[in-house]
Amino acid sequence: MSKPKVATTSLAGCFGCHMSLLDIDDRILQLIDLVDFDKSPIDDIKTFTDRCAIGLIEGGCCNEENVHVLQEFRKHCDVLISFGDCATMGGIPAMRNNIPLAECFDEAYRTGVTVYNPDGIVPNDPDLPLLLDKVYPAHEVVKIDYFLPGCPPSADTLWAALTALLTGQPVELPYELLKYD
Amino acid sequence: MLKEAKIKKICKRFGNDRTRMMDIVREIQQEFGYVPPKYYDLIAREANTHRVEVQSVVSFYTFLSDRKKGKIIIRLCEDIIDKMAGADEVAAAFERELGIAFGETTDDGKFSLEWTACIGMSDQAPAALANDTVLTNLTPEKVPEIIQALKKKADPQVLVTECGDGNNADQLIQTMVQNNICERGEVLLGDYDLEAGLRKAIEKTPEEVIEDVKNSGLRGRGGAGFLVGLKWEFTRNAPGEDKYILCNADEGEPGTFKDRVLLTERPDLVFEGMTVAAFAIGAQTGIVYLRAEYAYLRAFLEDVLNRRRAAGLLGNNICGKDGFNFDIRIQMGAGAYICGEESSLISSCEGMRGDPSDRPPFPAIAGYRVAPTAVNNVESYCCATRVMDKGADWFSGIGTEKSAGTKLLSVCGDCERPGIYELPFGVTVNELLKKVGAEDAAAMQVGGPSGQMINPSQFDRAISFEDLPTGGSIMVFNKQRDLLEVVEAFMEFFAEEDCGYCVPCRVGNVLLLNRLKQIRNGKGVTEDMDYLEKLGKATKRMSRCGLGQTSPNPILSTLENFRPIYTEVVRDNTSGLQKSFDVLEAMEQANEVTGRQSVLFHA
Repeated sequence: MSKPKVATTSLAGCFGCHMSLLDIDDRILQLIDLVDFDKSPIDDIKTFTDRCAIGLIEGGCCNEENVHVLQEFRKHCDVLISFGDCATMGGIPAMRNNIPLAECFDEAYRTGVTVYNPDGIVPNDPDLPLLLDKVYPAHEVVKIDYFLPGCPPSADTLWAALTALLTGQPVELPYELLKYD
Repeated sequence: MLKEAKIKKICKRFGNDRTRMMDIVREIQQEFGYVPPKYYDLIAREANTHRVEVQSVVSFYTFLSDRKKGKIIIRLCEDIIDKMAGADEVAAAFERELGIAFGETTDDGKFSLEWTACIGMSDQAPAALANDTVLTNLTPEKVPEIIQALKKKADPQVLVTECGDGNNADQLIQTMVQNNICERGEVLLGDYDLEAGLRKAIEKTPEEVIEDVKNSGLRGRGGAGFLVGLKWEFTRNAPGEDKYILCNADEGEPGTFKDRVLLTERPDLVFEGMTVAAFAIGAQTGIVYLRAEYAYLRAFLEDVLNRRRAAGLLGNNICGKDGFNFDIRIQMGAGAYICGEESSLISSCEGMRGDPSDRPPFPAIAGYRVAPTAVNNVESYCCATRVMDKGADWFSGIGTEKSAGTKLLSVCGDCERPGIYELPFGVTVNELLKKVGAEDAAAMQVGGPSGQMINPSQFDRAISFEDLPTGGSIMVFNKQRDLLEVVEAFMEFFAEEDCGYCVPCRVGNVLLLNRLKQIRNGKGVTEDMDYLEKLGKATKRMSRCGLGQTSPNPILSTLENFRPIYTEVVRDNTSGLQKSFDVLEAMEQANEVTGRQSVLFHA
């Protein structure tokens, strides 16, 4: 029997959650005994090659490309997991949610105190994905099956959740894995 | 006189006492039309408190404002019953006539238009307040005349050309409000002997009075139904010299207007009940917390109090009883539903925001000014007076085993005879519907938005604490009504009125409302019902006071009793994509800022 496939992505996140995933250290060898990685920054596969059992989503959606990728994940994965606070509730990027987009552009490219931009040019290449009016947590865009909070969730949390799902066990996260102080 | 001097004078009139902040800022608002923020420091200094205390009071209450508003503020009731009676059309007429939208003030500073929560006139809807003057049975046709009259003379009282029945026509009230008493029972609205209850009470010992009230089985009429006698006993036994009797006349539950009628027609019963309570508990001070919407009753009630003082029924050595001293003052509210919750009411009486407090300690132990305090509903005090006069057995003989006496019901909505019904507890919904002329009812909201909505298969249930409890609000809906619209209106009300203190209530109600709106917009999925139920239950369980503990009820009770109104509009989500998320809409701002369209999503 072929191994189940896992896909991962980092949307409007900082890759910290992926770093945390790598923090499982040598257990990654056990993980690749259990699964194959499909589309993921870890193996740099850009497009889905097959149906996946699990999709791990880091970050919420701040632009159209995030939405597109997330919708692709929903189409290709049986189970989607929001991992980390940005995917779960928008996180730091969502701090702009109360500010109109035009003002964000002004602050970032024209009027911010550290900005040097005498011509006042705002990057607008057609290849740049359009920003959304605000940053959406993943579950507001597609249906999400599980949520792993944390900034980032610890490697042990990720390991416990992934191995439980892959081996068909109930996901049980003890208090120690979900407290942050 | 200089403004500063005026403010100082007002503060002085209230003893430079910070616990009278409500009165101070209300007076200042009356004087200037608003509470100018530049005087917050002065007010704080004069009242021996901090600027933030002043600011928090002004910003908390709907009837207080830190911006100048029109000389005449027209507050139209936005209750669902008023909407059903055409409040939106009336609103449009006001906007047309004044050339401003709701929330705005005319350029000449004469008029402001505002929406407001239920003003207790649901039996004569649509209704509005023009400053303190109540306008009932409004129609779009009446609006031009109203504005013309007010432009000619800036006194809303000119609009009262014909007074309502009973004391509504009293020299000190002069309102167009009607009592609409449709059925009188033997406890509250029938004939009674003035003073009889009080005189019999003071013949007994305080302990005997409490025993009588306990034996009568009288339970609090505000909705929660705690045994009044027990509450009095706790308050009496609580350690402390100063004790207080508070009367909750902040009937803000939409669809409730029974206290309005009691205060109009039976004020003596109310004050006498408070005096009996004072005797039983050993209190010297009483406060009636009167909602701002009923300010038109204030002069009349003050007069009744004066009359009682002159007759020796209030003041020192009441009824000649040596050492029995008690007096009552009226504390005006300023438009906050939450202040009907007893601990919020106490906060408000102490001159603060109407925030609820943690319990225990209960008010009976540490209430107003941290002293033992009995807070009871207007109707409860009336009942207590009657218990004293007619005896505990007489009272407990009326109603059902666990719900003694009669209940004053205020009925509104789709029925032929909306108004006040005093009926013994145990009356069934069917019997009630027959009386009010609504046998074709499709749904009934019992106990206001915080109560429950029941369907016709439950119309054989009985109005009582053991089956269908209610503070008095009964709303009837016929089969033409969109019940989801009703539920949304109720949730809007709670999202607006929550005090903002605890997260489950502040956030939970808004999330519930948002999801409900999605469902009504046709973007609902089957899972949403589950979401509403889980979130609703969590909000109830986690909230700090009665508001959040009941606010999800409109959703939870309709999910249970009217499930089809949800299942008819939600759909299964097979794609896994959220229908509520519209990527094109989310990119509209970006389209404008960048001047280009999405390559990925614009087909």
